[in-house]
Amino acid sequence: MMRCQIFSSAPRGIGRGINQRAIAFSFATLAAFVWLFVGGAVAQGGGELRFCLRSEPKTFDPLKVDDDASESIRYLTGGVLVRMNRQTQALEPGLAESWQVSKDGRGIAFNLRSGIAFSDGTPFSAEDVAYTVQQLMDPALHSPTGDAFRSGPGNVETKIISPTQISITFPAAVAGLDRLFDQVAIESAHSPKKEMAVLGPFVVADYKAGASVRLKRNPNYWKSDAQGRKLPYLDSIELDIQPNRDVEMLRFKRGEIDLINALDSDYFDKLAATSPQQVHDAGPSLDSEQMWFNEVAKAPIPGYKRAWFRSQNFRRAISEAINRADLSRVVFHGHAQPAVGPVSPANKFWFNAKLKAEPYNPEAALKTLQADGFHLDNSVLKDRDGNSVVFSIITNAGNKSREQMAVMIQEDLQKIGIHVNVVTLDFPSLIARMTQTFDYEAILLGLTNVDLDPNGEMNLWLSSSDNHQWNPQQKTPETAWEAEIDKLMRAQASSADAGKRKEAFDRVQEIVYEQAPFIYLINKNALSAVSTAVHGAHPVILHPQTFWNAEQLTVGK
Amino acid sequence: MKPESIGALITGRRLACALLLLVVSVSLAANWLAPGGYARQYREAAGAPPSAAHWLGTDDIGRDRFARVLYGTRISLLLAPAAALLSTLMAALVGGLAGYMGGLWARLAMAATDLFLSLPWLFLLITVRAVMPLNVSPMASVLVTFSMLGLLGWTSAARVLCARTRSLRDADFVCQARASGIRGMRLFWIHVMPNLKPALYAQFWISIPVFILSEANLGILGLGVAEPMPSWGSLLKELEGLTSIGEEPWKFVPLILLVVVVTLFQFALSKQEEVAA
Amino acid sequence: MLGWRIARHGLALVAIVLLGGLLSATLVRLAPGFDVDEEQLDPHLSAESVRALRETRQQERNVFSYWLHSMQRAVKGDLGTSLSLGQPVTTLLRDRAPLTLKLVSMGLLFSWAVAMAMALSAAWLRASAYDALTTCLSGTFLCIPAAVLALLSVLWNVPGSLAIGLIVFPRVYRYARNLLAKAYSLPHIITARAKGLGELRILFWHVVPVTGAQLLAVAGVSVSMAVGAAIPVEALCGLPGVGQLAWQAALSRDLPLLMNITILVTLVTLLANSAADVFGHMLRGQDA
Repeated sequence: MMRCQIFSSAPRGIGRGINQRAIAFSFATLAAFVWLFVGGAVAQGGGELRFCLRSEPKTFDPLKVDDDASESIRYLTGGVLVRMNRQTQALEPGLAESWQVSKDGRGIAFNLRSGIAFSDGTPFSAEDVAYTVQQLMDPALHSPTGDAFRSGPGNVETKIISPTQISITFPAAVAGLDRLFDQVAIESAHSPKKEMAVLGPFVVADYKAGASVRLKRNPNYWKSDAQGRKLPYLDSIELDIQPNRDVEMLRFKRGEIDLINALDSDYFDKLAATSPQQVHDAGPSLDSEQMWFNEVAKAPIPGYKRAWFRSQNFRRAISEAINRADLSRVVFHGHAQPAVGPVSPANKFWFNAKLKAEPYNPEAALKTLQADGFHLDNSVLKDRDGNSVVFSIITNAGNKSREQMAVMIQEDLQKIGIHVNVVTLDFPSLIARMTQTFDYEAILLGLTNVDLDPNGEMNLWLSSSDNHQWNPQQKTPETAWEAEIDKLMRAQASSADAGKRKEAFDRVQEIVYEQAPFIYLINKNALSAVSTAVHGAHPVILHPQTFWNAEQLTVGK
Repeated sequence: MKPESIGALITGRRLACALLLLVVSVSLAANWLAPGGYARQYREAAGAPPSAAHWLGTDDIGRDRFARVLYGTRISLLLAPAAALLSTLMAALVGGLAGYMGGLWARLAMAATDLFLSLPWLFLLITVRAVMPLNVSPMASVLVTFSMLGLLGWTSAARVLCARTRSLRDADFVCQARASGIRGMRLFWIHVMPNLKPALYAQFWISIPVFILSEANLGILGLGVAEPMPSWGSLLKELEGLTSIGEEPWKFVPLILLVVVVTLFQFALSKQEEVAA
Repeated sequence: MLGWRIARHGLALVAIVLLGGLLSATLVRLAPGFDVDEEQLDPHLSAESVRALRETRQQERNVFSYWLHSMQRAVKGDLGTSLSLGQPVTTLLRDRAPLTLKLVSMGLLFSWAVAMAMALSAAWLRASAYDALTTCLSGTFLCIPAAVLALLSVLWNVPGSLAIGLIVFPRVYRYARNLLAKAYSLPHIITARAKGLGELRILFWHVVPVTGAQLLAVAGVSVSMAVGAAIPVEALCGLPGVGQLAWQAALSRDLPLLMNITILVTLVTLLANSAADVFGHMLRGQDA
């Protein structure tokens, strides 16, 4: 066996000196090696992220997505041509290095990245984009993603200029055309795995119905970080299917899951009391809670009630009589603010800053009602024909904050002599009343906004639409103000000028404020919880709040 | 059982009845004990712990929990036993008669009972709600709810009663009664029914808390007690949001009260002969 | 003769199960919200898409014809496709039934073990203080909402079957306690005790023949109770069993799933109660 001479035969002083240098050098080398290795491990072994889906995903086909759970999976697995940075809200290149929208707003041309492959190794090219667009625009598909592009009758044309260049032309101008491609995950035209071959950072590895979905890193993901390290850092993501928020919270507290999106305000406060570094309040979200009255002509409600609901004064008075500040403070523990209109102040460009939230003023509400012939009779409000003002508000059961808001509104309106019955229904029953039988008087629901661009809500504002909630499917607009909204929405949809569009939609917001077909109540804050084990998270207001930058997250102590 | 224990039992039964009466009386005196009422929202003190002003604290929107427990007791304590009585009587009729008649009737009745046990009655309840006007009075809504519970909750006991009645049909005392000329429904009511009491009492006792809890669950269908009226079931639903036992223990008061009342019912129902051995 | 009786019972079973399917389909079809979908509220959807969504349930509008077609397909092993999950019902039930079977079986075992231990010890000890204690304990669990028990099982990391057991045992206990108390008060039991017979001998030779049929009836019914308890427990504990599937199907009015789950539950209920009847009959025969 060979001995190391340097330690046995050298003189003491020098030997010790040489020994020390050798040891120091060895440690330095070892440290550098560990640093490189660990650093590399952080990049390539970023751990497993775990969180919950609140419902079973209905589909893994990105073109058919219409529920939150499927949308989360699409976001994590789908490769898109352009990606809206959820933090800066600016569009960034994705699979497309650059793009150009035509002046008439009907067409868009993309320059695609080269040398990219799907998760199963199938090469990506313009042909896949053309295939995806044709699938998306298939009239038989009936998906929200596809319908968002449908601005007029006719077929979409795709022209493959080269393997990395494609132009797409729509039959009519599409407002915000480039932003819409953030929702379009490109599918492979050739892969035998069909929609399961993806271009995003993760790929579906396992799905246990009712239990979980497991995503693993896509080894062929095209993106690298600024230092040239391949993304994503995470090895995998475990998505447990857990509809119950109480259980989700329990699991987060126990460290079994790493983040919670759309955290309830009472849980936010409980967590903030013990682990303030884990909770995040990103400020007002795009979501709103509102109520509206049934103005449908054929609704099976008494004629005198229909007359109340169709009166602008009545609706404005109700709006004035609701204490929005209390709703924000009591129901949402201050993590909400009184809403102004259909656009949240968080949507800086589209929000009409001239409008202010309706202040709570029951005396003013009574005066407004008196203008319509209402009067108080022994603390009971009656109309000019002597009918006591009694109506019901329905809302969906199981949503605690809505149930609480309904009860608070009940008390607010009691103060001006109106008796409100609160009825909570299961959601299908509520939808049936709202869209089929029209057998309701007032509804309290919320709107989850995923788009900044109001064009996505076109079907809410067009009087002929099925989703024109207070009075859908009008053959011709029944009121002058609805006709004006129709005109304004169509004008902004066909314009490519952002300024003109803003002007038109500002006017829509003013009309909605004056007429109050929707009585906007509050805008909730975007609350979330992120474990301290997760690094790189910056929760934002846009969906998905906490994992919008999943490819750059790591999990570790 | 020793005579002293029998005496203790009789005293216990009287005490249970007296305590139940006390609970009912206190709930009826809610107007004086909690003059603020169950609906008033003290919004500045929402979710507050117990204090001099609010003995059991306030709920999430500031309503006094003590007042809501008192008023909720009226609803639940009066209507749940009534619904339980209805389901017990129906179980006695269906199960008892089936077992008494025997043969094909018994088989048909039990097959129908099994079918009844398996069907998703949730949808019938949804349909009932759809048929009711939206602006129905809270009392009407709660009456309909407890009636539905009573009409749907008899199936488990019916089977047990059928089995018991079958074994009684050939008992000596029944044969003797039959031999002395007592037949048909008279025989059933006078001689058979009294011997079904153990199962009947069990059904009645179990049904009370089950119906109280079911009433709250039916709130998701729009049935049950309408806001702002409280019930024990709706108060117990507050427990679903707790993430630890130690957190907000005053929220357990409705549960403790329900357990006490249910236990008192059991003591009030117990008969000397059940522990005569 | 025996073969004919078995065939007759088998036919009756099949008829009841099929009737269960038809009745459940009718209940679901008539309930409001049947042919609506939350998706149609999405403002991105065009009018044509909303209309197409409404048309997807066209074939289920006629309950009887839907049921008939479903039964014809079922004979070939095809139970249809779940509308809410987009998967074959056969696959869904096959994958989830073992978990529910395990949960329900373990839950029932636990509930009966605890209930009978408490009921028997109360009958043997004959002490009113102990009786009061067991009454209080079973009453407490009867009063705790199933959702809270399920949440507690998640909080304390205990199996879902324990939650099911805790939901069922108070009901079993009450019936058993009352039946046993009544049996132990019979003159021949008092005589047996006075003559110095051991409790176990009294139990198996004198009490079981008297109460056995009724306890078996309770056993049959407890299966339905456990299956019913499985729904909130699985839904809240995130256990992917048939109970969770039933809850999801109910919320989304998923007719193919609901009808088949009802058929399955009817079958299980019938088998359990029929077995209880058969054994009860045998016990009564021995007693006579």
